[in-house]
Amino acid sequence: MSEHVNLQAIARLVPEGSRVLDLGCGDGALLDYLQKHRACSGYGVEIDDRNIQACVKRGVNVIQLNLDEGLSMFADQSFDVVLQIDTLQHLRNAEVMLRETVRVGRTGILAFPNFAHWPNRLSILTGRMPVTKRLPFQWYDTPNIRVGTFADFEQLALQNQLKIIDSFGLQEGQEARFWPNLMAGTAVFKLQR
Amino acid sequence: MPLIATSQSMFFEAPLALQSGASIRAYHLAFETYGTLNADKSNAVLICHALNASHHVAGVYEGQDKSEGWWDNMIGPGKSVDTNRFFVIGVNNLGSCFGSTGPMHAHPDTGDIYGADFPVVTVEDWVDAQARLLDALGIQTLAAVMGGSLGGMQALSWTLRYPERVAHAVVVASAPNLTAENIAFNEVARRAIVTDPDFHGGHFYKHQVVPARGLRIARMIGHITYLSDDVMNEKFGRELRDAVTHNATGYRYSTQDVEFQIESYLRHQGDKFSEYFDANTYLLITRALDYFDPAHTLGGNLTSALAKATCKFLLVSFTTDWRFSPKRSREMVRALLDNKRDVSYAEIDAPHGHDAFLLNDERYLNVVRSYFDNMAQAHPARGAN
Repeated sequence: MSEHVNLQAIARLVPEGSRVLDLGCGDGALLDYLQKHRACSGYGVEIDDRNIQACVKRGVNVIQLNLDEGLSMFADQSFDVVLQIDTLQHLRNAEVMLRETVRVGRTGILAFPNFAHWPNRLSILTGRMPVTKRLPFQWYDTPNIRVGTFADFEQLALQNQLKIIDSFGLQEGQEARFWPNLMAGTAVFKLQR
Repeated sequence: MPLIATSQSMFFEAPLALQSGASIRAYHLAFETYGTLNADKSNAVLICHALNASHHVAGVYEGQDKSEGWWDNMIGPGKSVDTNRFFVIGVNNLGSCFGSTGPMHAHPDTGDIYGADFPVVTVEDWVDAQARLLDALGIQTLAAVMGGSLGGMQALSWTLRYPERVAHAVVVASAPNLTAENIAFNEVARRAIVTDPDFHGGHFYKHQVVPARGLRIARMIGHITYLSDDVMNEKFGRELRDAVTHNATGYRYSTQDVEFQIESYLRHQGDKFSEYFDANTYLLITRALDYFDPAHTLGGNLTSALAKATCKFLLVSFTTDWRFSPKRSREMVRALLDNKRDVSYAEIDAPHGHDAFLLNDERYLNVVRSYFDNMAQAHPARGAN
């Protein structure tokens, strides 16, 4: 979970009482919110020691695991919802993890920076990689190793025979349902197998 | 002002039925407590010890230098397990050699020293004995049970034998059973002891000797397995203890002298150990390790075995621990996930091998602190004395 993605905007996609697995859960803020306000339960997965501590301290279950090693610890369809919020862009095996997400969860919810957002396009037109609030890193020093667009992801989901239950853009915490590939800094997808 | 520890002892007359079918009666358990039990007796934390540790978990003995408890870096006022909030209990297990009844004590019926006739005790037996101690202390429910290595096995066993009496379990550098390789190491250690001519079939006390050679070798092999290759190399490398000057290599060209520093270190560790540890205790405790396997009677299905546990769990492992590897902790995590239990798992990237669970690593100490902080917050009564 990052400060770029509005917590409530994601939380309202998660049905009340869901069993949730949050891949790349950060400090556990989203799971904490879901537990307190939407009667959810579940676990976060994190690699960073400080985030593990933060989750444990706030009483959010967290499993320390490198997502690039896969989700073999989790059984098929063992969660109602699997979240990948601002996680996909950091994964070496993004496609494998997409399949794993819908193997482990009945529903997958993914959010990631949309590279086709118009300010990024503008930057590319001037010949330079974008450096924005949403993509704040220089091209040579960025943890975002997978840059894709809203439209690219749609393609990837279809290629993997996934059903897109809902999809929209998020911009300044607001849903952008009109031309999301152009108008939104964040792409959000709700998927099923 | 350091925490002052006082060793106590409790006598149990009634027989305790053991897993083997035998029983033991009229025994003592040595224990220590730190902090204050709160009014509703909800802040008790039981610490279970591993192979060569005792009930002296934290603090120091009055007037004794270097008498810190074995987990003093973890437990005490203001520490990860804060004795200002929690009432912490350390207990020495049956068969040990640090105060509780063991093979060096007399059988209550015959008056003879037990020696090799001390009954084989298991992790489950220890847990039952610990439960009796809690009964005597008037503690029905533990805020937490915690242990590392073999101590972690006891913590896990608590959650299965007395699920209603445990709110949280902290299982560090442990495993749901030993692998064949692990049993093999234990067997080498045991063979070293029982083949020592001074062992006398376990009745060495009446010959007034100690199978020190066997104990030394047992300790040496154990010690090797508690460290990592990297740490040993960093600490000792190929350094010679005392290079000679008459050879350019510095070698003595001797097969029996101590040549390398690592040899000197291991011999020193072995010597020290053989002076305070009991040979029969070593056999008993390694056997308890071998036998522990809660899934054994369930066809090896750990998920079924852990279904009985209802408490919340924190598991911690260390990446370079090859004796109780992260893989084994993950098996337990997986089984708890399958049972939809509350569990958090930290895998600390530490270089120190199995020993890491006793050392100061901020990430490790902090994750345990965070867990106990949350526990105290979630149940305010547990925090108040």
